[in-house]
Amino acid sequence: MKQYCKTRRLLPGFRLTLGFTLFYLSVVVLIPMSAMILRGSGMGWGGFWKYVLDPRAIAAYKLSLVASMTAALLNVLFGTLLAWVLVRYTFPGRRLMDALVDVPFALPTAVAGLTLGNLYGPQGWIGQWLAPMGIAGVNSRFGVVIALMFVSLPFVVRTVQPVLETFEQEVEEAAATLGAGRWRTFFRVVLPTLLPSIITGFALAFARALGEFGSIQFVSGSIPFRTEIAPQILIQHLDEHETAGAIAVALFLLIISFLILGTINLIETWARRFQN
Amino acid sequence: MARNLHRVLTPANTRSRRGADESRLTQWILIGIAAIFVGLFLVLPLVSMFYEAFRKGPGAYISALTQENTLDSIRYTLTIAVLVVPLNALFGLAAAWALTRFQFRGKALLTTLIDLPFAISPVVVGVMLIALFGYQGWLGPWLRAHDLKVVFALPGMVLATVFVTFPFVARELIPMMQSQGTEPEQAALTLGASGWQVFWHVTLPSIKWALLYGLILTTARAMGEFGAVFVVSNRIAGEMPIPLWVDNLNADHRGSEAFAVASLLAFLALGTLALKAWLESRHQEEEAAGLWTTSSPVINSGESETAFTTQTPP
Amino acid sequence: MTWIMARIVRAGLFGSLLLGAMFGISCTDPQRVSLLNVSFDPTREFFGEINAAFQKNWTATNATTLRIQQSHGGSAKQARAVIDGLDADVVTLALGHDIDRIAAETGILPRDWQQRLPNRSTPYTSTVVFMVRKGNPKRILNWPDLVRSGVQVITPNPKSSGGARWNYLAAYGWARRQPGGDDRSAREFVARIFRNVPVLDSGARGATVTFLQRGIGDVLLTWESEAHQALSHAEGLSGEIVTPSESIVAEPPVAVIDRNARKHGVLPLAECYLRFLYTEEAQMIAARHHFRPQLENAAMKAGVHFPPIVRFSLAEICGDWQAAHAAHFATGGWFDQIQSQRKP
Repeated sequence: MKQYCKTRRLLPGFRLTLGFTLFYLSVVVLIPMSAMILRGSGMGWGGFWKYVLDPRAIAAYKLSLVASMTAALLNVLFGTLLAWVLVRYTFPGRRLMDALVDVPFALPTAVAGLTLGNLYGPQGWIGQWLAPMGIAGVNSRFGVVIALMFVSLPFVVRTVQPVLETFEQEVEEAAATLGAGRWRTFFRVVLPTLLPSIITGFALAFARALGEFGSIQFVSGSIPFRTEIAPQILIQHLDEHETAGAIAVALFLLIISFLILGTINLIETWARRFQN
Repeated sequence: MARNLHRVLTPANTRSRRGADESRLTQWILIGIAAIFVGLFLVLPLVSMFYEAFRKGPGAYISALTQENTLDSIRYTLTIAVLVVPLNALFGLAAAWALTRFQFRGKALLTTLIDLPFAISPVVVGVMLIALFGYQGWLGPWLRAHDLKVVFALPGMVLATVFVTFPFVARELIPMMQSQGTEPEQAALTLGASGWQVFWHVTLPSIKWALLYGLILTTARAMGEFGAVFVVSNRIAGEMPIPLWVDNLNADHRGSEAFAVASLLAFLALGTLALKAWLESRHQEEEAAGLWTTSSPVINSGESETAFTTQTPP
Repeated sequence: MTWIMARIVRAGLFGSLLLGAMFGISCTDPQRVSLLNVSFDPTREFFGEINAAFQKNWTATNATTLRIQQSHGGSAKQARAVIDGLDADVVTLALGHDIDRIAAETGILPRDWQQRLPNRSTPYTSTVVFMVRKGNPKRILNWPDLVRSGVQVITPNPKSSGGARWNYLAAYGWARRQPGGDDRSAREFVARIFRNVPVLDSGARGATVTFLQRGIGDVLLTWESEAHQALSHAEGLSGEIVTPSESIVAEPPVAVIDRNARKHGVLPLAECYLRFLYTEEAQMIAARHHFRPQLENAAMKAGVHFPPIVRFSLAEICGDWQAAHAAHFATGGWFDQIQSQRKP
């Protein structure tokens, strides 16, 4: 990458810092990535598509997509509610509740998986109540959604919360004075303002859920066509000694990651413009 | 990775002012739903984990934590963290400096690249490392000829952990440094300070909170990483980081020991949160005392721009 | 300015020390010999005891200390790790096919490795049995009971778990050996069993956890050794072992990885370690862990009774691993076809 400096640099350290940044990224990201792409290109398009479009892999992408989407949507619901309650109301334990929202972010995913697997298992505190209802808490899509919801919850709350904080209550009050009912005010005035942050939160939660592996490994049971998620296909290939398959799927997931990053950037640009 | 800024922005005692227009009943219903949700969804898992960990009594708990392999895995995790955190801190400082102090072509691409670990499944990271450093990988023949081990050994674990945690410090610093602008630094330069002096005496003091948050997050993530190291671990008892050792104990039908070791990571997580909260309150005090004013730090992933712009106090 | 420089220098020193430590970790202490045994899942406790016994013999005759490291995981995954650079001195895997792959893909041990030790390099064997819930509520007694509707069978994924390949082949072999049985009827039988499988864990240990701790399924297909191991550790969870009328001889072979062992200077030690597995002492340990020993009276001496069972070998039902792999477990093989039939 040829660097070209547009403005006159007043501060020193451009070469040093950029050089180090690029060197570091090369060693950590770019070289391993190109190694993978190179290994992947060795198998040709035929080999690549054979692994990527394998029916079982497709079922796993679908589950990843649908479960992440479901988890993110549920989080939009509960996360917005949480943000609302935390910002708008006073009640004992509010600060504790606020702090607890960060738990899924701080808790290692393996620990989350272990605990959720136990909690929702047939003998677990929650699972034993689900079992008579015919709901399998673990080794089921239900369990996958629960785990994904757990790991991605903070994203919605923490994106909506600050916007709600700075929200001009005068606007609401004005709407109320003009005779708008509480619900109407909420849906006509508050929600549209919150929408960009909710969408951003949704996108972040979705992206986080899509990449999740640790907790799912403990709760999904990896049943082909039913509870397997995309990263597990990759692990499966590695377990089965199909390095080529693992690389093909990894490349595919890498491309998806870039697409998601691009989309999130677009959403954020849009949200920013909307908010201004 | 998003984080609340309001605790910093608005002192706690002025927060409840907001005349909630809903009736008291609606309020309590909503609070009730939120409380049940948090209770079932966030508190119960923690409680059940500590219950499982201590189910066999404190003696069993202690012996699970003090057995040789557990101690080895703790040592291993600490080794990884000690290697990863300073490296990523250096990277974060360099990247933030380059990205916020200069304009150059390819900046957007570089920013996206820094966000990559947030969007990528850690398992893919492991596969990349195998594709490069595996004996059947790109550098494989060379590594084999020189008898160097990367994957299935400590260097591979360190690289995997570096990959999944490198954005944290950078992502903390970038919005912070962006909001501060370069005037103080340029002024110092004009007064004849050297580049390093500017960095140590002007830049560093003003970004120390963001840097601290970034370091804490990096440490917490580095110690808890599972997916990437899952792929490149050699699975030798005593050479597994704590999360893998938990997985291993669980697979060995040693459930209560697994929970005991897992509780260690949970304590780490809760400790991280407590430390962060404490730092935030310190930060707030310092800000309130008017020592310096900047916008609040942002701990987040890709949404920093949004958070940053929406957070700037009017 | 100087203190900054001093700091940087100190940081640099610290960093290089760390780097040194990082690479120095693999350096060996001359007073300490170490051996890495890369094994599969259900042998953890067994090798724990074997290593202790071997170490005791070692310290009796040697001045140096011996450290034996164990690595456990799914058999195929472990083989891949060795191929990709895991420095195993010996491998003790679930099936010969995995060691064949190491030999074929890297040449770090000769292809005829299986001829180097007695009994085709298999010091002990096992067989595939059923574990059912306490009291056997579904009355599962033999292979045909597994295909009844309403019976949930737990077995790990045969593509990733070596142990599960033996499970699969046991079912296949039983059906094939029935009167009128042939390859087609046996494949159909296996397919019907897998239609009753709700969870496919990637390894034998995962499957046992699913069955015992998570309480999923009515019957677990598992090795005899693993079944006993699990029950003795089950902590209040209970199950019963049912031995079917016929099952397969599961042969988990062992081999020295010559090139690694030579590089570490432990080749004679590694050979000695594997030969130790054939001694009476080790055979008795194997029996106590419910691996069926090759040495005739080892089980009796250890006071372990193995229920009688007709055992058939892999060779009787599908030749060798090469053929079994191609027909059943390779990409697009029968197992893949079964899985895609399951598709909702």
